[in-house]
Amino acid sequence: MRPDLSIIADLINPSARVLDLGCGEGDLLSFLQKHKGVNGYGLDVDPANITTCIAKGVNVIEHDLDAGLQDFADDAFDMVVMTETLQSVRYPDVLLREMLRIGKECIVTFPNFAHWRCRLHLGLLGQMPVVQHLPNSWFDTPNIRLCTFDDFERLCREHRYRIIQRFVVGPDYHQHFLANQMPNLFGTIAFYRLGRSL
Amino acid sequence: MKDRAFEGNDLGVITPRTFCHESAFLLRSGANLPGFELVYETYGKLNSQHSNAVLICHALSGHHHAAGFHSKDDDKPGWWNNCIGPGKAIDTTRFFVVTLNNLGGCHGSTGPCSARPEGMGNWGPDFPTVTVEDWVRSQALLADHLGIRQFAAVIGGSLGGMQAMQWSIDFPERVCAAIMIASAAKLTAQNIAFNEIARHAITSDPHFAAGRYRATGENPDVGLALARMIGHVTYLSASGMGQRFGRQLKSGDLALGQDVEFQVQSYLRYQGQTFSRQFDANTYILMTRALDLFDPAAAYGDDLVEALSGAKAKFLVISFSSDWRFSTERSGEIVHALIRAKKNVVSSVIESEHGHDSFLLPLPRYLAVLGTYLRQLYETLDEHAP
Repeated sequence: MRPDLSIIADLINPSARVLDLGCGEGDLLSFLQKHKGVNGYGLDVDPANITTCIAKGVNVIEHDLDAGLQDFADDAFDMVVMTETLQSVRYPDVLLREMLRIGKECIVTFPNFAHWRCRLHLGLLGQMPVVQHLPNSWFDTPNIRLCTFDDFERLCREHRYRIIQRFVVGPDYHQHFLANQMPNLFGTIAFYRLGRSL
Repeated sequence: MKDRAFEGNDLGVITPRTFCHESAFLLRSGANLPGFELVYETYGKLNSQHSNAVLICHALSGHHHAAGFHSKDDDKPGWWNNCIGPGKAIDTTRFFVVTLNNLGGCHGSTGPCSARPEGMGNWGPDFPTVTVEDWVRSQALLADHLGIRQFAAVIGGSLGGMQAMQWSIDFPERVCAAIMIASAAKLTAQNIAFNEIARHAITSDPHFAAGRYRATGENPDVGLALARMIGHVTYLSASGMGQRFGRQLKSGDLALGQDVEFQVQSYLRYQGQTFSRQFDANTYILMTRALDLFDPAAAYGDDLVEALSGAKAKFLVISFSSDWRFSTERSGEIVHALIRAKKNVVSSVIESEHGHDSFLLPLPRYLAVLGTYLRQLYETLDEHAP
């Protein structure tokens, strides 16, 4: 399993009700079903991903996140997960709000646009960053809402979302001394576990 | 007589059989049938645990002949031959497939064309109202007869999908997977309206004779053809029709405006005429009423979540992007009710230009979704054993 997914799997309680937004090939849900007795659902739009999920016995619902989550009931899930998808949806702020409406908590992961390599590309070369964790060129990237860890935390403060846990990792999904000390400069991917305001 | 070379993945010649239920059968309407017959076909082999049976429920104008051929010189295979056969999405090397003509049908099962039990001609318009629940109960009796305690899957498109849903509600222990394709939890007003126009077309035909056309020997062909033409247009999409027919002429001269006949006119007329020779008007009225009446949530305070809460099956819900008669939104309602009811559900929206008819067509992605789901189901059949 992808290392980021095993980090997330550790954050999810057995028998929790889980919704995975942009579930891809369904690896996380398949793992949770087998090992944690989790009754989860995944949303995705890619036809190949849908078939792969079906072959794994994952509850996959073909649904475009940009069409919203209004059909899901309040408090329907214990945990709503979205891995590296926040930066490619049209209304990330609305989606976050919805995630915390239908789920008691959520886990969001996304790439850091303020990583020093990105800063180098933009600041010194004057070019849009093309780096290991953001490999696409500006014209063909699905990442239309890139942000930094600072930006994200500012949004959470404004909406009074509770940051319950935060992991910041390097490009190999391991925690590093530097990424812990100065996450917004040295972290490439962040995992945020969020709750509603108390 | 031409000798057909069957393709490798087609079933060969299939012989329909008849199941006789010889005791009284109480319908939801309160009417009592003194017994009935159902014509059915089976493909593949029932395994020793009797766990690999799949029931195919037909739609408005369907019947028991879903796949294979009735004779070596048969022009056309069954109506779902695209999906059913060795190696196909509904793989007859794995599953034992059961298909039938529903009660009230006109292809051999007891219906308006059958003789009345008192020996006074046939039922005609007096055949009692039949509902989806009645069909499902009669199908359960057929399953008993075939020694099938639990279906691996109950599968249907459109009205057939409604039967699959009803199965999961009425016989939760007897369905592993309910597969609803281009279906809905109930008809919309617009959908009922189209059915009413079709019925009106039939009943307005002077040959309909209040449903007693068998006595006069004149069939309401014009009304039945018109009903089919209306239905057919609603089963296609505007862009699909545009692509297929455009403004192509069959005959005449557009510049002169004389004797102009568009291809689409000729096609519709042919569809209507063919249908009117093959289908019974009273059955058409009966089947469209069953469609209109279907609403499993009604018995649960109009709460579909509540209606589905007792189901034990897992569900596959498939819809098609250009289907406006049973739109993707209607399938979405089923999916979200199932999620709220905490059921296992997979749903897919297939991109297609062919409207409601898509469910009968060999669209690669549709077949991949259905086939993959059934393959996964087959591999886990032991876990579902009763």
